[in-house]
Amino acid sequence: MTTVEVPPDTSPAPAPTKIAGLLGTAWAFPQAKVGTGLAGVVVLIALLGPWLGPVITGYSTTDFAGKPFKADGIAGTDGLGRDVLTRFLAGGTTLLLYAVLATVLGIVLGALLGMVAGYSGGWLDSVLMRGNDVLLSFPQLVIALLAIAVIGPKGWLLVLVIGLTHAPRTARVARQATVAVRGNDYIRAAEMYAVPRGQILLREVLPNISGPLMVELGLRLTYSIGYIASLSFLGLGIQPPTADWGLMINENRIALVVQPWGVLLPVLAIALLAVGTNLVADSFASAAAGHTREARS
Amino acid sequence: MTSAEHLLDAEETPLQLALEVTGLAVRTAAGQPVLNQVSYAIAPGEVLALVGESGSGKTTAGLAVLGHFRRGLVPADGTVTIRPRGGDQVDVLALDAGARRKLRGSAVAYIPQDPALSLNPALRIGLQIAEVLETHGYPGSVEDRIAELLAEVGLPTDKAYRRRYPHQLSGGQQQRVGIAMAFACRPSVVVLDEPTTGLDVMTQALVLKTVRELTSEHRVAALYITHDLAVVAELADRVAVMYQGDVVETGPADRILHQPEHPYTRRLLDAVPDLAADVGAAPPPSAPVLAAHDIHVSYGQHKVLRGVNVAVTRGECLMLLGESGSGKTTLSQCIAGLTKEFTGTIALDGAELAVSTRQRTSDERRRIQYVFQSPFSSLNPRKTIAQSIEVPLVRLTSLSKAQRRERVAEMLDRVRLGRNLGNRLPDQLSGGERQRAAIARALVTTPDVLVCDEVTSALDVSVQATIVELLGELRRELGMAMLFVTHNIALAPEVADRIAVLRGGEIVEEGTADDVLSAPSHPYTRELLANTPRL
Repeated sequence: MTTVEVPPDTSPAPAPTKIAGLLGTAWAFPQAKVGTGLAGVVVLIALLGPWLGPVITGYSTTDFAGKPFKADGIAGTDGLGRDVLTRFLAGGTTLLLYAVLATVLGIVLGALLGMVAGYSGGWLDSVLMRGNDVLLSFPQLVIALLAIAVIGPKGWLLVLVIGLTHAPRTARVARQATVAVRGNDYIRAAEMYAVPRGQILLREVLPNISGPLMVELGLRLTYSIGYIASLSFLGLGIQPPTADWGLMINENRIALVVQPWGVLLPVLAIALLAVGTNLVADSFASAAAGHTREARS
Repeated sequence: MTSAEHLLDAEETPLQLALEVTGLAVRTAAGQPVLNQVSYAIAPGEVLALVGESGSGKTTAGLAVLGHFRRGLVPADGTVTIRPRGGDQVDVLALDAGARRKLRGSAVAYIPQDPALSLNPALRIGLQIAEVLETHGYPGSVEDRIAELLAEVGLPTDKAYRRRYPHQLSGGQQQRVGIAMAFACRPSVVVLDEPTTGLDVMTQALVLKTVRELTSEHRVAALYITHDLAVVAELADRVAVMYQGDVVETGPADRILHQPEHPYTRRLLDAVPDLAADVGAAPPPSAPVLAAHDIHVSYGQHKVLRGVNVAVTRGECLMLLGESGSGKTTLSQCIAGLTKEFTGTIALDGAELAVSTRQRTSDERRRIQYVFQSPFSSLNPRKTIAQSIEVPLVRLTSLSKAQRRERVAEMLDRVRLGRNLGNRLPDQLSGGERQRAAIARALVTTPDVLVCDEVTSALDVSVQATIVELLGELRRELGMAMLFVTHNIALAPEVADRIAVLRGGEIVEEGTADDVLSAPSHPYTRELLANTPRL
């Protein structure tokens, strides 16, 4: 038997520890580092490409660089004799911008909708979520195609329609997380002090559902990239003569055997970006799950 | 056989022991010690209580008997020797995973804290007990054995009962099914991990009696893990007191409870609420500051409250006593304005209050404050303690930012947390510290009435004592009225001036603490008093 000194205080204060936020925890997972690396390369190309292109090749995205579908220069030419590398380097900017805007729109709108539905409950919850279910029953791409067919291929429409179709999906996640948080006494405490409902959502609920929302953010970004590239490929997204990866695949696919670079480069970039953002989303998911586990134990 | 003889037996003929743990050391994967050199032994038919507060390592020491260590913990040293019925001694820690699994349920069984979580909600209880027997290849008739077990734990044995699902049983019945499962294969050692924590006193008394009978009848060595010394007095032959990963004192229950040697044991004993303690003098009667009149609440057909009247005067503490389901939390939430669906009136200094807190004035809100049951849920995990305490000041007063800061710091000192803890997040504090922070939030606007809803039930007995003491001091300093809602009558002498007993949505008895404790008039109160474990 060991004898120990008994300090007078029953609950000794634990030493202050640095709170590793969700981002810190997520970074500890290997897929976060790999994902950031993969996506980072593509993002860098997309951001710097428009300036780098002409410097490296000496051609702008629309200059005539040589005979069509020849392997002249670094990556050859496309069907209109434009330099493929220049167009590839410049082709990610619009895609990335639209994808980010559409994702942010979808997440903000969806989180708002989900939090209001989840927090208020009752008939408002039922009305919002049933309306949500109706929207969810249409495939995202079908709604996008419909809207573009009616109004025409515009950049803002692309962002709007993809953002809006993300919202119901995010709303479900946000509502679920809000319902789980709503039962906690700190929400009741805030209600007892008659804190305005908007503030309760913003300050009490939102910080506590940020984990699932971050996961959703990564996931929706991946989808946005895929959809915008798909729509551009179909000729309904970004319009020629703008250089764009999705569009490039369509323009160059007829010469896939003769001059594969025109298809290969954009395909690789889109794939890397999608896989990278997905890996990052995955690490957020793991970190968020770990966070809730810790909080419960 | 007395307990002292057991101890002697242990030293002279170690082969007699059902369980022997020697020099057990457990560390975290990072090398931090969790248990240092823990040793204890139990003879067949004996109950050893392993006592300590949260974090003392008692559960780790108990689970080690099953050869189980929580994730991140590794055994560093020592042996855990079990003697299965009619078998040879085995060192659990030396076995591989498969052999340990075989041992669990047959030679050593575990009864967890929360029966609701440990039973599979999708399986009928008869099937769950049968599963244990079949897994370990019970030789006889499984059906007969289940009937026998259910009878032993005092449950009906008929087919219809066996076909029930866990949610169709009460908490006490669920725990008895858990006990039946543990005793199914006639183990030689049973580990009970605070099996009565979630139960009310009457059910607790029944469960303890069942455990007592089964262990002595079948000569099972029982390791009873608990933080509640009053329960120990009812049940245990011997007691081992744990503190920060060490067993600091071992001995017969009688001696430990009445002549403790170690200062920590003494402090644990002091923390146990004493029903026989003197009741403080009640303040002179005056007009009630808060009065609830004819409160009715029903959820559909179910009537939760049927015409309840309570009133507290300034400086007085009224204890609202009732078991789970009596409607006591509903009543306190009506008073705080957290429930909309009630009829009746609630008056503050004679002025009738609006039903919902959002319709009350800031001043009315300020004057009635509420402390929630669990400090683990009442503080926003993403806000610092100071931010949480500041909320009522922002909402209910017009103080400037600097004044608010000063007030928060003052309050943190007052609840003995210290102003430096203000910038911590809740998960950096212990349960007791969190509850102090929650109390600080309720008191920061100097209320006239404080409603405390089961504020100690989520806390260890030793922490409970400090919280109760703190509330008493603050009540006297600030001269406020308090409505103390609880299921634990043992706290009455320390807390209450008057007691109101709530049962089935009605007040069945009300009077001064002295009268109710010494001469209870309602049979329910008498039963409560009789079943409350004491030292």
